[in-house]
Amino acid sequence: MSSNVITVPVGQTEARPWVDELHQWLTTVDHKRLGILYIVSALLFLVIGGVEALIIRIQLMHSHNNFVSPEVFNRMFTMHGTTMIFFVAMPVLFGFANYLVPLMIGARDMAFPRLNAFSFWLSFLGGLLLYFSFVGGSGLYGAGSAPDVGWWSYAPLGARAFSPGHSSDYWTLALLVSGFGSIGTAINIIATILSLRCPGMKLNRMPLLVWLNLVMAGMVLLAITPLSAAQIMLLIDRYLGGHFFDTQAGGSAVLWMHFFWIFGHPEVYILIIPCFAFMSEIIPVFSRKPIFGYPVMVAATVCIAFVSMSVWAHHMFTIGMNSYANSFFTLTTMAVGVPTGIKIFNWIGTMWGGRIQFKTPMLFSIGFLFQFLIAGLTGIMMAASPFDWQLSLSYFVVAHFHYVIVGGILFALFAAFYYWYPKMTGRMLSEKLGKWHFWLFLIGFHLTFDLMHIPGILGMPRRIYTYEPGRGWDTLNLLITIGAFIQAIAILVFVANLILSYFEGAEAGNDPWDAWTLEWSTSSPPPAYNFAMVPTVASRRPLWDQKHPEDPDSRYE
Amino acid sequence: MSAVTTSFPNTAAAWDLPSRGKVAMAGLIIAESAIFTIFVVAYLFYLGKSITGPTPSQVLETPILYTICLLSSSLTIHLAAKSLERNYTRLFLGLWLLTIALGGLFLYGTAQEWHRLIYEHGLTISTNLFGTTYYSLVGLHAFHVTAGLVMLAIVAVFGLAGRLGVKQSGRIDVLSMYWHFVDAIWVVVFTVVYVLGR
Repeated sequence: MSSNVITVPVGQTEARPWVDELHQWLTTVDHKRLGILYIVSALLFLVIGGVEALIIRIQLMHSHNNFVSPEVFNRMFTMHGTTMIFFVAMPVLFGFANYLVPLMIGARDMAFPRLNAFSFWLSFLGGLLLYFSFVGGSGLYGAGSAPDVGWWSYAPLGARAFSPGHSSDYWTLALLVSGFGSIGTAINIIATILSLRCPGMKLNRMPLLVWLNLVMAGMVLLAITPLSAAQIMLLIDRYLGGHFFDTQAGGSAVLWMHFFWIFGHPEVYILIIPCFAFMSEIIPVFSRKPIFGYPVMVAATVCIAFVSMSVWAHHMFTIGMNSYANSFFTLTTMAVGVPTGIKIFNWIGTMWGGRIQFKTPMLFSIGFLFQFLIAGLTGIMMAASPFDWQLSLSYFVVAHFHYVIVGGILFALFAAFYYWYPKMTGRMLSEKLGKWHFWLFLIGFHLTFDLMHIPGILGMPRRIYTYEPGRGWDTLNLLITIGAFIQAIAILVFVANLILSYFEGAEAGNDPWDAWTLEWSTSSPPPAYNFAMVPTVASRRPLWDQKHPEDPDSRYE
Repeated sequence: MSAVTTSFPNTAAAWDLPSRGKVAMAGLIIAESAIFTIFVVAYLFYLGKSITGPTPSQVLETPILYTICLLSSSLTIHLAAKSLERNYTRLFLGLWLLTIALGGLFLYGTAQEWHRLIYEHGLTISTNLFGTTYYSLVGLHAFHVTAGLVMLAIVAVFGLAGRLGVKQSGRIDVLSMYWHFVDAIWVVVFTVVYVLGR
């Protein structure tokens, strides 16, 4: 074995001065460090976006409230949406992809380490640019502040006449810049997966996480770019006097909606597919069974990616498209439910008959399964265009997509944090705090977002500043706000767990979960070069083969 | 102390994977195609919707000569890459400089056309919808030609300094993929703007 082990002398691992350490982090091109930078910057923005959500909820706590002014309220929901999608969800998922993909395919880094660092700093500085609007948004005109026209920035609200000052410019540039970062990362992920797999790692042996991130990266290339193109057009309108979205000169406000949602809907799948990836790794390990239906999972993912490119106008049923368009987008939207259903079936099939261990990652995974199912069901309700005419732009829609993003994506992310934190830091997260985090967050989540459907059905519009008493919305809104605070407390427990466990958590060892993929074969945290010798694999579960030489998976392939 | 063990049974034999440069360039081309698609859609959607003149049929002239220049540069860069592969460095350099000249001629053609449109017909990006969509689409393409020319020029500098050989041929292939893409996009833009759009 001695040839396979690299022993680092103790002298090399002594602590450096903190300036040195900081310099190393700022100039790093290591995929693991960049992954952690992505994740930490996303957590920072998560807290900021969360505070904005709480401000929105306090404002809506009771009728005729004026906790903030209407102008500030508009800024809060715009910044909350933009932050959470572009500077929390995207970076945190890219962070995990960055960290895990090379480790899982037995590579020593991403295909283009410097491009990787460039992409991270683009998206992070994009986020700073967005928040600089609070300071610089009023510009020379003294008008405006942070963007306040909604995260869609529908035309003509984004035009100079309706969005004076520089607020929309900051929004546009921030999204353009971070979009270029996303494209760079996506290209990097694709090149890494296709060109850097270790010997034996055929496409049909890749862990599902790698497969799903490959599909996600492909979708980024096709879906983020329309947004970049639309942002360039908006910049031409705002700075060069163009007329793309200027109805006075014959331009079309509806065209912006199409361009935005051609990005906007696939974006949801760009966010959820990596979460499917987490589920496909975590559920088998804690069920002590290999994933059920591997080829079908891959096929269903590709199918989702394909169909999701043709569903965007279901966000636009209320603008008055013709009946053919309405029928087409209703049918395609409902069709997405089929491959998604296959996936849920396969995860349950994996758990069926397994010896399930209810550790914290598994608890969050099970929460994900139930909540994502419910989110999908309300999605199918709104896919029916007549139903959507009734409830579009109401709190029912807000409840639906938060069910996807919080109940689905965020729960899956928490599962991933608990599962891979030991690999990233060498320490286990506390199970006790983890259980507190899970139950508090679960209760807060359901209190907020289950109830939020009801004021929507009762007619409460989204983005409303305040409301009249006596419409049956008051008690519900109060409970929703209480739920939001319970979630905030749960997040604090989570952050405390991240920090405390870093210093005092139990030693993780290489493979605390008795898992089967390559990242668990190296030390925790992995050395800069990941693997002393590039591994060779012979099946989908290389560590199983290593631990059970008498009965390796490779025998059955 | 950190120790790493990796050994898995049943080692595979030969292992051949695609070049990361080519995969990445293919990815970039897919992404760029999506951007161009959106601009082409906007151009087609706004055809004939301008409230004021001038219209495309009044002012546009088909740039046949410059199109031939750009399209034939695809051929010269292909031959250049092939000759570098066989280590004919002088032939490579000649064809490479010819490619740059052809690309430069094309840009000159675009500049001349814009100059004519602005000073003779008063068409700017803010005149009407046609101006907005025309300058954006053709300008986006011209921007890509410019970026390509910059990269070609960098290679030319290395070539003139005698630093290019068979070893670099893989990278030259990646760059020529980009150049072919820029030419292919021009076929689309040409069809949309000068054939369908008039």
